[in-house]
Amino acid sequence: MFEAILSFLPRAIAQGIPLLYGSTGEIVTQKSGNMNLGIPGVMYVGGICGVIGAFLYEQSLPSPDAINSFLAVLIPTLFCLLGSLLMGLLFCFLTVTLRANQNVTGLAMTTFGVGFGNFFGGSLVKLSGADMPFLALSATSNCFKVTLPFADKLGVFGDLVFGYSFLVYLAIAIALIASFLINRTRTGLHLRAVGENPNTADAAGINVNLYKYLATCIGCMIAGLGGLYYVMDYAGGIWANNAFGDRGWLAIALVIFTIWRPNVGVLASFLFGGLYILHMYIPSGMNLAVKELYKMLPYVVTIIVLIISSLRNQRDKQPPQSLGLPYFREDR
Amino acid sequence: METKVATVKMRDITKTFGSVIANDKVWLDIYKGEILALLGENGSGKTTLMNMLSGIYYPDEGDIFINDQKVVIRSPKDAFDHGIGMIHQHFKLVDVLTAAENITLGLDGKLDLKAAAKKIRQICDSYGFEVDPNQKVYDMSVSQKQTVEIVKVLFRGADILILDEPTAVLTPQETDKLFAVLRNMRNDGKAIVIITHKMHEVEDLSDRVAILRHGQFVGDMPTKDTNAQEMTNMMVGHAVTLNIARPEPVNPRPRIEVKDLTVRSIDGILKLQDVSFTAMSGEILGIAGISGSGQKELLEAIAGLQPVEKGSVSYIEDDGTRDELLGKDPLDIAEKGITLSFVPEDRLGMGLVGGMDLSDNMMLRSFRKGRSVFTDRKSPATLARRVVKELEVKTPGIETPVRKLSGGNVQKVLVGREIASAPTVLLTAYAVRGLDINSSHTIYDLINQQKQKGVAVIYVGEDLDVLLELCDRILVLCAGKVSGIVPGRGAKKRDVGMMMTRLGGNANE
Amino acid sequence: MNKTRQPLFHIVKRGETPWYFGWGVRAISIVLALLCCGLITTLVTGENPFQFFATVIDGSFGSSRKFMVLLQNTAMLLCIALALTPAFKMRFWNIGGEGQALAGALAAAACMILMKDLPNLVVIPCMVVTSLLAGAVWGAVPAFFKAKFGTNETLFTLMMNYVATQIVAYFSVVWENPKGSGSIGVINPISKIGWFPDLFGSKYALNIIIVVLVTVGMFIYLNYTKHGYEISVVGESERTARYIGIKVEKIVIRTMLISGAICGLAGLLLVGGTNHTLNSAIVDGRGFTAVMVSWLAKFNPIWMVLTSFLLVFLQRGAGEIATDFGLNASFGDILTGVILFFIIGGEFFITYKLILTKSSKKEEK
Repeated sequence: MFEAILSFLPRAIAQGIPLLYGSTGEIVTQKSGNMNLGIPGVMYVGGICGVIGAFLYEQSLPSPDAINSFLAVLIPTLFCLLGSLLMGLLFCFLTVTLRANQNVTGLAMTTFGVGFGNFFGGSLVKLSGADMPFLALSATSNCFKVTLPFADKLGVFGDLVFGYSFLVYLAIAIALIASFLINRTRTGLHLRAVGENPNTADAAGINVNLYKYLATCIGCMIAGLGGLYYVMDYAGGIWANNAFGDRGWLAIALVIFTIWRPNVGVLASFLFGGLYILHMYIPSGMNLAVKELYKMLPYVVTIIVLIISSLRNQRDKQPPQSLGLPYFREDR
Repeated sequence: METKVATVKMRDITKTFGSVIANDKVWLDIYKGEILALLGENGSGKTTLMNMLSGIYYPDEGDIFINDQKVVIRSPKDAFDHGIGMIHQHFKLVDVLTAAENITLGLDGKLDLKAAAKKIRQICDSYGFEVDPNQKVYDMSVSQKQTVEIVKVLFRGADILILDEPTAVLTPQETDKLFAVLRNMRNDGKAIVIITHKMHEVEDLSDRVAILRHGQFVGDMPTKDTNAQEMTNMMVGHAVTLNIARPEPVNPRPRIEVKDLTVRSIDGILKLQDVSFTAMSGEILGIAGISGSGQKELLEAIAGLQPVEKGSVSYIEDDGTRDELLGKDPLDIAEKGITLSFVPEDRLGMGLVGGMDLSDNMMLRSFRKGRSVFTDRKSPATLARRVVKELEVKTPGIETPVRKLSGGNVQKVLVGREIASAPTVLLTAYAVRGLDINSSHTIYDLINQQKQKGVAVIYVGEDLDVLLELCDRILVLCAGKVSGIVPGRGAKKRDVGMMMTRLGGNANE
Repeated sequence: MNKTRQPLFHIVKRGETPWYFGWGVRAISIVLALLCCGLITTLVTGENPFQFFATVIDGSFGSSRKFMVLLQNTAMLLCIALALTPAFKMRFWNIGGEGQALAGALAAAACMILMKDLPNLVVIPCMVVTSLLAGAVWGAVPAFFKAKFGTNETLFTLMMNYVATQIVAYFSVVWENPKGSGSIGVINPISKIGWFPDLFGSKYALNIIIVVLVTVGMFIYLNYTKHGYEISVVGESERTARYIGIKVEKIVIRTMLISGAICGLAGLLLVGGTNHTLNSAIVDGRGFTAVMVSWLAKFNPIWMVLTSFLLVFLQRGAGEIATDFGLNASFGDILTGVILFFIIGGEFFITYKLILTKSSKKEEK
């Protein structure tokens, strides 16, 4: 039993990290009043841009052994951030500057982003000349997967706490920092004001559009890292089309589940990760079909949280008040 | 002595919204150490003009000079940098934040709420305000919210303060307190602009008055050199008398009997407490009170829109049969055969659908008629044409969305529809708010016509002068309780005013 | 320093514009989007841009089969878009079309599998009833919570999609055929129980005719019936609706029952009419694309015919390009995204206009 838990926990955490990146990014975005349903697309773009960066770098090397682990991490990360930043800018340009409907723009971005990921993924597979339908960047992935040297010396506990790669700790750090920024700093106060009541924020001299742009772009970049983590770490540098699956929507579910609190998101993402892979741990052999039902647990749990939070109707436990609405100062 | 320098000069300011010209080449000077009253009817462009000074709107044309420097105010931030602070009529507060968070919103530097709280207390102490810095705004009363707004501007040390109808939600005591603060600030050398349409406030408080009419600047003068009559004339463009007809009640009989009505809001706040009265057919019962004293809840409870804690509302027919209205929704009431018309305060948000045209809006009351699954579009169109013709609604056609009409015309459409169903009870809330004098009189005439037809009219108003001239009896609400019911004929404005702020008026003085 | 800088332009709402203005702007957006797509294709493939358009057209009209597939796909997308429209008009963001259609598809497939020994005369009516019902229930659950407790419907309906997906995945294993494949093959391939009849020699014709009827019906429902009027009032202003005695909760639930049922119909048509099988990808993202179809057409069923046709046309064309040039099939999604971005952005210029700030030099005397 203990053994099972020990093998289950790290895997749940590994599953949870992309969701944590996605949900932290989306919370930052939604706090500004922007509902970005394009997050699943953004995560695909983040992932594929990292893959493109890694691919170009690996191709430029004379041999796989010549890899510089610093560059091997830096280049894909920069590519990933750039790609997701551009997605964020696109969303902001359409919804903030051009005041388009956020739901429609977000869904279009998801269509575009998933297509973009699969298209370039597929093309790279072809370019690499592999006979398998996926692209393996194991050299780069190994650089991403470096763990703390002393982790395995500390026994099972060390493995459980220190046995992960830097992107895992980065995700947790970003979530905690985001939580601190939102709740304890002036920038966070202004951001919350923009999301709650942009009219008021504007009248108080806060640059509403700037905040929306910044929050959404930074949110997209954080979410993009989730895609990068998934390919480079979780999947061991292997890009296969559609492998990322529905995790983007799950990240949005996590936003609701945590009631817009990134620090809660850390543990909640592990829980979601656990629910996501729970089906592998139920006594198998009997009915494969039941496993599919287990996979819907995260969504059902989210729906329940959504209902409960609307039932309780507490003022501080609601979505940002202007979530999803465009803002135009001269509206009347 | 005469060395006063205009700290703000607005020149040739023009602002349009779509096809509506809100400000047309307006000139305005604001001086330091002076309280300027910006006077004008609703819709004359006062708020728009000040919004351009505070960076909410950007002028289409024209220039703004501050201390003889030409400035561009693109955002409220720019306005703050020039020392301009505005207290808006609709509070600009974030509900889920605390008072201190709201007050420091938009400032630079490290977030130190403790230091802010200290400074807030200082400000409060020196001016006699009461604000709990850690209270969330959604827990506050209206006047508390306004206090937060004022502290917010003071906190920033604004030199030029603009207040948009600040007294609309205050009790007379609170108003006096506010005015004292404003006078102190004037003596400190600050420039203060107060937007209002209450003549006595202008006379009481201001040093100078500037008047706008239909978006144009009409003139300004020292307050001591003018009087209410002259200002009114400048505001409306010609001399007016407020003579509202008041025919004798026709055969009054009890029509609506309200007993011990108690209403609580969703947040658990007591809005109405043990309210009892009878409204008669063929008479106008006025409801007076400071805004937010329970008028809205009272009308909505009668109309079947407001859940009630206890009490009863009976509809009494001519033959004496009674129907209980509580617990019924508007549809149930209509199905009982009771034609109860209601002209709500929020015309475009409740009484009408802004995005629909006149004809479709006429249909709101009648669309259920008949068994067909399809809507009948002919009779609403006919009604729309009739209303446009009889009430002289200015509209390009009956296919125009009502949102595009001006306030007075919107109200004519709404009232026209409500009286078209030949009601026996007519509830009106702030029926003339925002209307010019002519439109207002049209509405008074319509209400009087209904009264003479034997309709029981309940008229919620905010202008005491109008209530005293129009109504047969006036019920005064004070914080959700009936402060008293006085006959309209012969009642003293001062007494009614006292009853609005204290139960029973000056009885215990 | 920059305090004296004038903004270069500012944005104001347009006043009245003639009806053709909006459609003109949209047409320009689409043309620009197509040019942009051509450019992207040229960059990716090195072909000349005219080839792009030729291939796109060939992809849709190249053969009568391609054309029928085009119509069928348009019909399916249109059907879901029509289903979502009454909800949108009510300002209820139903982005759960995917799940509602899946629920309908599941019900239809269940009838086909469980009643495989009964005659079509029994099975097909059962399929119709159960799949409409399944879609309706799937739509009404979020509506109920929205109406009663104000639960956010966008997120709720979104989550319901994945619950439906997993339930379908579950049954895909339960009913797998052949055993061990993990998927349901073609159902009743020999007896053809539950298969809709071919019309005019095409299995698509019936679907297309049904969707045409739904289109006309929805147009009439929204514009000429009391229900349609109630939906508009609730959508424009809930307070007005209550004020005139419309029971908003009832309308929300009723409308979502209809919305869900028509989504269920789309699922039924997919299973009974064309695919004759069930898998969790059978709706193929149409539930999401339909949101855009409906919105782009400003919730007008007739214009929706055009917008859904445009999107499917481009997707088919892009698919053709992908096969012709050996590109990945996802190329179509990229082009769809680009087109949508242009149209979405174009809406801005219909509602607003930019005004260049007039020179302020005249001030200096």
